[in-house]
Amino acid sequence: MPSLTPYENPAYFIMLAVAFIPIVIGMLWGKRFHWYEILVSLFFILLTFGGPKFEQGIALIGYLVYEVILVSLYNLYRKKKNDTWVFIIAVLLAIAPLVVVKLTPLLQTGAASIIGFLGISYLTFKAVQTVMEIRDGVLKDFNPWFFLQFMAFFPTISSGPIDRYRRFKKDYDTVPDREKYLGMLEKGLHYIFLGFVYKFMLSYFFGTYLYPKVQHIALQSHGLSWGLLGVMYVYSFYLFFDFAGYSLFAVATSYFMGIETPMNFNQPFKSRNIKEFWNRWHMTLSFWFRDYVYMRLVFFFMKHKTFKNPKTTANITYILNMLLMGFWHGETWYYILYGLIHGVALVVNDWWLGFKKKNPGRFPHNKFTEYFAIFITFNFVCFTFLVFSGFLDKLFFH
Amino acid sequence: MDTKETVLNILADLTGNDVSGSMDENLFDSGLLDSMGTVQLLLQLQTELGIEAPVSEFERSEWDTPNKIIAKVEELQ
Repeated sequence: MPSLTPYENPAYFIMLAVAFIPIVIGMLWGKRFHWYEILVSLFFILLTFGGPKFEQGIALIGYLVYEVILVSLYNLYRKKKNDTWVFIIAVLLAIAPLVVVKLTPLLQTGAASIIGFLGISYLTFKAVQTVMEIRDGVLKDFNPWFFLQFMAFFPTISSGPIDRYRRFKKDYDTVPDREKYLGMLEKGLHYIFLGFVYKFMLSYFFGTYLYPKVQHIALQSHGLSWGLLGVMYVYSFYLFFDFAGYSLFAVATSYFMGIETPMNFNQPFKSRNIKEFWNRWHMTLSFWFRDYVYMRLVFFFMKHKTFKNPKTTANITYILNMLLMGFWHGETWYYILYGLIHGVALVVNDWWLGFKKKNPGRFPHNKFTEYFAIFITFNFVCFTFLVFSGFLDKLFFH
Repeated sequence: MDTKETVLNILADLTGNDVSGSMDENLFDSGLLDSMGTVQLLLQLQTELGIEAPVSEFERSEWDTPNKIIAKVEELQ
């Protein structure tokens, strides 16, 4: 049996279309066949993690069993007691497999960990947020069997978007009425075709066609060059179209199953500042960090009065938050630097917005200044993507 | 002081604006509230009204206007 990476091959889309016929018909008549959805999920997971990739498949099964047992045990504990240390240990244990997978290449010179599989970082987000909501007492009806289906929801298993337990459950337990479902089908089809344009035309053009060319030019001229500038823009567009294209497919596929998986991108290059950028770029990731890292850290620091000034608290937490995101991407200098730059940028951004607020009327505000802000933000973001791409590592150190 | 007045006072402190004239204004869209302001709001509600609202309880779309915040607070009281 061959193995297919999700949404990369025409055969994958054809199989999706065929497998979804009973689901769509059922939904239109107000019925959800959970057992059939599970079969379809199993089939597509097998397609991704079977055949030559069976080792990843075994790693996935092991990981899912581990997380389901861990979160279930924590849920049982939380019903009786609520000790902070147990909560911290539960979170650490939930991220432990991911930490091992991320550290292995560093410790064994580039070797991939045997417990790794495509999508482990995205599943870890779902597991950790579930532990946190159980701790907060807002998730009272935790169910291991449902949790497994939430984790292994195949449309988003490889790279998100990252959904939330309670939001997912609301969709999973109901069937949208016909009018709403028809709207979701229409949107889904639109997203699929937009995804084709993004992923198979634009991402292909920038990533497969242009990127090697500009890389070659930049490598020949060493140091700063026009070629390097080309690498910066070409990589940025490639990254956007590739990931936004994938996300459109994942959202569309979820819609066909009557699940409103949240969108990941909202025209990020139109952002007027870096804060707005993070509200438009890889949104489910940045909102995850906002809700489960940033706000919690701020809450903790403010409650314990760790820093005197709320502004200091906000700034330090911005940097910690974005650094952690950098580490999550991988243990290389360029991912960590990418996180650090964005953390500092958020601090500067807040300072600038505050400064403008304190000095009303001092700076002009018109269409031109808005375009200028978009221009600056766009170029800054592209620069950080150049760091993120790892190309500088190749250029300077190899 | 009733709940409404307390909430409006907290919001005025946090945002530096009197929001009582625009009870249905989206405070996140207008830039008056952000994550930091949200946490401060939750902490203030805890000290002044004794409401225990964990961060998980905070679903942005349910807390984005003064009216919605007051409704939420009354529900949690």
